[in-house]
Amino acid sequence: MKKTIFLGTVAAATLTAGMGMADTLADVKARGELNCGVNTGLVGFAAPDANGNWTGFDIDVCKAVAAAVLGDPSKVKYVPTTGQTRFTALASGEVDVLARNSTWTFSRDTDLKLDFAGVNYYDGQGFMVSKDLGVTSAKELDGATVCIQTGTTTELNLADYFKANNMTYTPVNIDSNAEGEQQYMAGACDAYTTDASGLAATRAAFADPENHIILPEIISKEPLGPAVRHGDNNWGDIVRWTLYALIAAEEYGVTSKNIEELSKSSQNPEVQRLLGTSDDLGAMIGLDAEWAKRAILASGNYGEIFAANIGEQTPIGLARGLNAQWTQGGLMYAMPFR
Amino acid sequence: MADTAIPAKEPFRLSMLIYDRRYRSLTFQVIVFILVMAFGWWLVSNTVRNLEVLGKDFKFDFLSQRAGYDIPQPPIPYTADDTHLRAAVVGVLNTLIITVLGCVAATVLGVIVGVARLSNNWLFARLMTVYVEAFRNVPLLLWILVVFSVFREILPPPNAFRGEDPAASMILFDNVALTNRYTAIPTLGMTNDPGSLDLGWRVTISWAAIAFIVVLIGGWLVHKAIVKWAQATQDQTGQRPTTWWMSLIVMVLPSLLLIWYFGLHMIPPELKGFNFTGGLNISNALVALWLALTLYTAAFIAEIVRAGILAISKGQSEAAFALGISPRRTMNLVILPQALRVIVPPLISQYLNLMKNSSLAIAVGFMELKGTLGGTTLNQTGRELESILLMMGIYLILSLIISSGMNLFNARVKLKER
Repeated sequence: MKKTIFLGTVAAATLTAGMGMADTLADVKARGELNCGVNTGLVGFAAPDANGNWTGFDIDVCKAVAAAVLGDPSKVKYVPTTGQTRFTALASGEVDVLARNSTWTFSRDTDLKLDFAGVNYYDGQGFMVSKDLGVTSAKELDGATVCIQTGTTTELNLADYFKANNMTYTPVNIDSNAEGEQQYMAGACDAYTTDASGLAATRAAFADPENHIILPEIISKEPLGPAVRHGDNNWGDIVRWTLYALIAAEEYGVTSKNIEELSKSSQNPEVQRLLGTSDDLGAMIGLDAEWAKRAILASGNYGEIFAANIGEQTPIGLARGLNAQWTQGGLMYAMPFR
Repeated sequence: MADTAIPAKEPFRLSMLIYDRRYRSLTFQVIVFILVMAFGWWLVSNTVRNLEVLGKDFKFDFLSQRAGYDIPQPPIPYTADDTHLRAAVVGVLNTLIITVLGCVAATVLGVIVGVARLSNNWLFARLMTVYVEAFRNVPLLLWILVVFSVFREILPPPNAFRGEDPAASMILFDNVALTNRYTAIPTLGMTNDPGSLDLGWRVTISWAAIAFIVVLIGGWLVHKAIVKWAQATQDQTGQRPTTWWMSLIVMVLPSLLLIWYFGLHMIPPELKGFNFTGGLNISNALVALWLALTLYTAAFIAEIVRAGILAISKGQSEAAFALGISPRRTMNLVILPQALRVIVPPLISQYLNLMKNSSLAIAVGFMELKGTLGGTTLNQTGRELESILLMMGIYLILSLIISSGMNLFNARVKLKER
């Protein structure tokens, strides 16, 4: 009995210590696997395919981080989270990083104690309606029934937008995108509102995408990006600079195709630093010299990831728009690697 | 040397704590108590420390902040500009509404099914058995989702009612529209509206409603007095006066007068824009939840009722039959009153279950307590611990109120020993 109590005390003490400490990098390395919180299913951003393999724009962020930290993009455990559970999952340590369509807002950054590592998609909230409804502007939605995912910023924006325009609506509260799709398709709501990228992704999964239109009004700013817990600054740096590495790689023309060649031959000092051939930047964040190279190799640079998952050649068909590189008139701007 | 006669008291040894029967039980209780307290202390200190590490404090001031989200069909006036506290109150009220509706319907259905299972009609009794087993053995969440999706998929959307040749039409003389969002029913309007009483907190109650309630209660009291007077007359003279027309007058006539005075009329729902307006739209989420909770809980109540009836000796009904009392009156006057004392205690548990099960409402988007305080508020403010604790406290209080109320009822119906 004494032994049991002793073991119990030890176990309790370890558990307390484990939860109190904030060294996510060591935890991830010890575990040999990155726990990545993702959407429960949003085609193009994060969705499991027929074989259960997760693919998408957000998934590639998880893969890049896993490649940078663990050396293998496949060492990720994808944890599906809903709008309701995502931040609790992150705060409680269930996931190491949240790569999900989550908007960077003041209160989330401060009060919820999250740290957003950056923006990987500049989005805005839009409305989708069926074509036979004859609505061409969100201003005509007075009195409509609107499907809305609970616990999201979109829910708050929706209330604000209708109030500001002196219109009324009936919300239909739903828990996930899949449920919203069902309700909308059955006509249980006139309009479905979420981030415009999410609407495009949802519409792409319809059998008759041409019968649905996304209204021109974008009623909010929704900068989406990966988030980590507040307080573990080194881990935050790793996720932030992994994201920047993907963006910078596109800017410098480093792709998954030419990366091996460039790491040997490139004369551009910034590319050399990025790929770890000079100035060991990796050591400064507790990783090896080739971390960024592996991250880029995982699924390509930012432009490649965009094109492969949600770009104009995919069924989702999103234009780069605001998400083009700053050199192309967009907002994608990686801080300098030096 | 006298004191050698007294047997020496056995000196206390530590091992006696375990080997001596006098101390053993106490020892274990102390050990278990210490362990439980240690575990509790560890839980609390761990939580506090982890919250500190996360940089979170433990405060309830988020309740006074602007909620910013809308709730469909709140029972009291509510807008997105109200506080999280008011949103939580809306949630509690919705929980209470669904609980009361569910308990009433489940009790009625449960008693009918419970009695029917004992019916002599073989087919009827078996059908009821199938119903009870089907609902008892499938999780409630599935029933809620099934009922809700049946509504959603089978009923037409509101715009099917539009146009010259609509795909769907309203029923009951164009007064009720069944859609896949809600059931639109007429509301009552008044040409001579007396206004409403402000109860504070932006909750109002129409004077007309108060007038009707007063008149109905008054009418019922007068009716009781008339019956009493009739009984007294009968006791005195042996002749019972005919009172039914008096009762009818005092019960119905004042209401009719009020209806005429206020100019009460029906406002049928009308399809305007996207949705039906003018009438009252009862959301499918509420109806589906209510139906599923009722059917599910009624299956359990049916079993309780059946057990209660079977607990009454067969001799009771045989005696009643021997007196020439009809089977229906035997059930109502002899069996059920006696069965109540067996039925009521487990019935309390079913009412509590129903109330707690209503937290599954979020699956169909009905915003009760779990949907407002435990859902959107929790998520928007990030106050998980506070919200959950508050929610647990509220459910606990509601449970205690229901069970103490039912216990009072139980005390009234249980076997009186004099």
